[in-house]
Amino acid sequence: MSRRVFPALDLRAGRVDLSHGAGGRAMAQLIGQLFHPAFDNEWLRRGNDQAAFDVDGGRMVMTTDGYVISPLFFPGGDIGSLAVHGTINDIAMAGASPRYLSASFILEEGFPLAELERIVRSMGEAARAAGTVVVTGDTKVVERGKADGVFICTTGIGVVPQGIEISVERVRPGDQIILSGSLGDHGVAVMSRRHDLQFETDIVSDSAPLHELVRDIVAAGGPAVHAMRDPTRGGLAATLNEIAQQAGAGMRIREAAIPVKPAVAAACELLGLDPLCVANEGKLVAFVARAAAAGVLGAMRAHPLGQDAAIIGEVVADAQRFVQMTTDFGGERMVDWLAGEQLPRIC
Amino acid sequence: MKHTLEYRDGRIARQLAARIAAETAGDGAGYRFMEFCGGHTHAISRYGLEDLLPPSVRLIHGPGCPVCVLPVARIDTAIRLVERSGITLCTYGDLMRVPGSRGVSLLRAKAGGADVRMIYSALDAIATARAEPQRQVVLFAIGFETTTPPTALAVRLAAELGLKNFTVFCNHVLTPAAIQNILESPDLREFGRVRLDGFIGPAHVSTVIGSEPYTFFAEEFAKPVVIAGFEPLDVLQAVLMLIRQVNDGRHEVENQYGRAVRLEGNEGAKRDVAQVFELRKTFEWRGLGQVPYSALRLKERYGEFDAERRFALSDAPAREVPGCQCGAVLRGVKTPLDCRLFGTACTPETPMGSCMVSPEGACSAYWTYKRFRASPPRETAA
Repeated sequence: MSRRVFPALDLRAGRVDLSHGAGGRAMAQLIGQLFHPAFDNEWLRRGNDQAAFDVDGGRMVMTTDGYVISPLFFPGGDIGSLAVHGTINDIAMAGASPRYLSASFILEEGFPLAELERIVRSMGEAARAAGTVVVTGDTKVVERGKADGVFICTTGIGVVPQGIEISVERVRPGDQIILSGSLGDHGVAVMSRRHDLQFETDIVSDSAPLHELVRDIVAAGGPAVHAMRDPTRGGLAATLNEIAQQAGAGMRIREAAIPVKPAVAAACELLGLDPLCVANEGKLVAFVARAAAAGVLGAMRAHPLGQDAAIIGEVVADAQRFVQMTTDFGGERMVDWLAGEQLPRIC
Repeated sequence: MKHTLEYRDGRIARQLAARIAAETAGDGAGYRFMEFCGGHTHAISRYGLEDLLPPSVRLIHGPGCPVCVLPVARIDTAIRLVERSGITLCTYGDLMRVPGSRGVSLLRAKAGGADVRMIYSALDAIATARAEPQRQVVLFAIGFETTTPPTALAVRLAAELGLKNFTVFCNHVLTPAAIQNILESPDLREFGRVRLDGFIGPAHVSTVIGSEPYTFFAEEFAKPVVIAGFEPLDVLQAVLMLIRQVNDGRHEVENQYGRAVRLEGNEGAKRDVAQVFELRKTFEWRGLGQVPYSALRLKERYGEFDAERRFALSDAPAREVPGCQCGAVLRGVKTPLDCRLFGTACTPETPMGSCMVSPEGACSAYWTYKRFRASPPRETAA
């Protein structure tokens, strides 16, 4: 279709209006001039309502996630890059390599097109950097006040090579718990920019795609890598409790072994938060058979996203499935799920 | 942060623990100290301090948790108020989850359409009142002496700005009155159900009121008081100081928290409070019942900012959840593990009583940090 029919979008001062979601020319214009250039690939270029692609040998992995983070832009990322990283990481935790993504946008009437373009470009860059493509998408617009700027839903598909079985039911007593790096960076970075909380900090979100780190972990540990998970909402505390419940075992961890940046610790102190409960978007926790733990730890530390990796504890037999921690101070305490909501809309 | 970490040094903790073990070696009767404040309860649980104390030293949790001691009737009154049209209630987060007598919390009322807003400071409520002049904005003010000065400042600011749509639902309470009530309680004096050998005195409260108000108890009731900071080493050192007082037969007010607490407290804050507030003749505390001269209300001069006056509020008789032992836990007569609801019907997700709501509450601290000590197992291991 020619430029004459679809004049250029005003990406400097224009705003989303209801016609951008109505299925008519305005929507085609938004897709053609804003989304396609950012995500450009052969599947999108075909212009179908779906993407057909081949997958090579192995099992397919599929995941989906909605992103409603506030604010949309935060130190170290934005809702666009987060929507790519979060979904890639959910795929990667199965030991899979991520391949294809879909992106569904729910836009609020009045949202500035310049900000939308920034978000979509950031999303396209994040996808390309991770070797994935956004092959299909959708756009809806809701009236002013019915959403908060932009919500994004991404679905991802990846492939696990034959012979790799990484799943929580393989976790057993004796497994070493390896954390890939420092806790709480994402949550603190986002909180520092909230209207009601603003404070000065140099901390940036750890939002990053973890599939390459996972590839190195699997290469080093093979079948000894029993399970992996990324401690996002609810932080490490929620992740360990989830896995303890699902695996039917307890966990013993050591506070002194858990890396937390001083600035994150200070912000948590100020806000009355526990770094163990604060969200991460670029960390993983791996459960590895004892004999292979040192090798996996070495492989993690050799990767830039795992250079602060540490063995923080181990899985123990415990019918009550408690997560317990030896404090820095020398006492024992539970590490519990967070009750209620520490901070809404962190991802 | 560096100065905070200094008070969490595990090496010094072990040295202090060794000294405590050595100095308690000979005493058959043991030592029973009440930490008044929820802040101390939280630190003790979070850092696993009891693992560092010999079995002869027992810490008993006191009522110093503002959310915990607020009676159900006040929650009910707040809910009835915010269900009126045109009212916006600004409240601190914890308070939203405390169940009222019909099991309805402010959080439930909010989900049902009431305009309840979570704030971080009293000044947020002023900002709301200024931004939305068409709404009557009520600040749900609670807390001990530490949170009273900010409320006083908010009231004075509202007066200066001439705000006609800002009021305070005042629930500020006083620490010394509560300590005296515990010391005079039948549990202690007549029944001997609770034996207390001394108090770990409040940290933040004492920065405002100073250490002087405690001298009365120390003398009158012959109980040592050691004011302590909220860091784990502060608590351990205070325990050692209390043990030494007991061993020496002394009952003095000592100040472990000298880096922040002075004899006379914070004169400026005390002046601000005195300007705006006056004593209530009596006020109900959950667990303690009516405690004379234990709470504050706005002075006549600031009466137009008093929500109880402006909206003619009065508390209706309220009902505690049957079986809830918050009252006994707050008096130190029972521990959370003595409550049948603990960990079954009552958890932080489904609190039946206030002590499970606030992180400073004894039940919440037990559940969050200490329930692995419970025996037999209380969590279903399905």
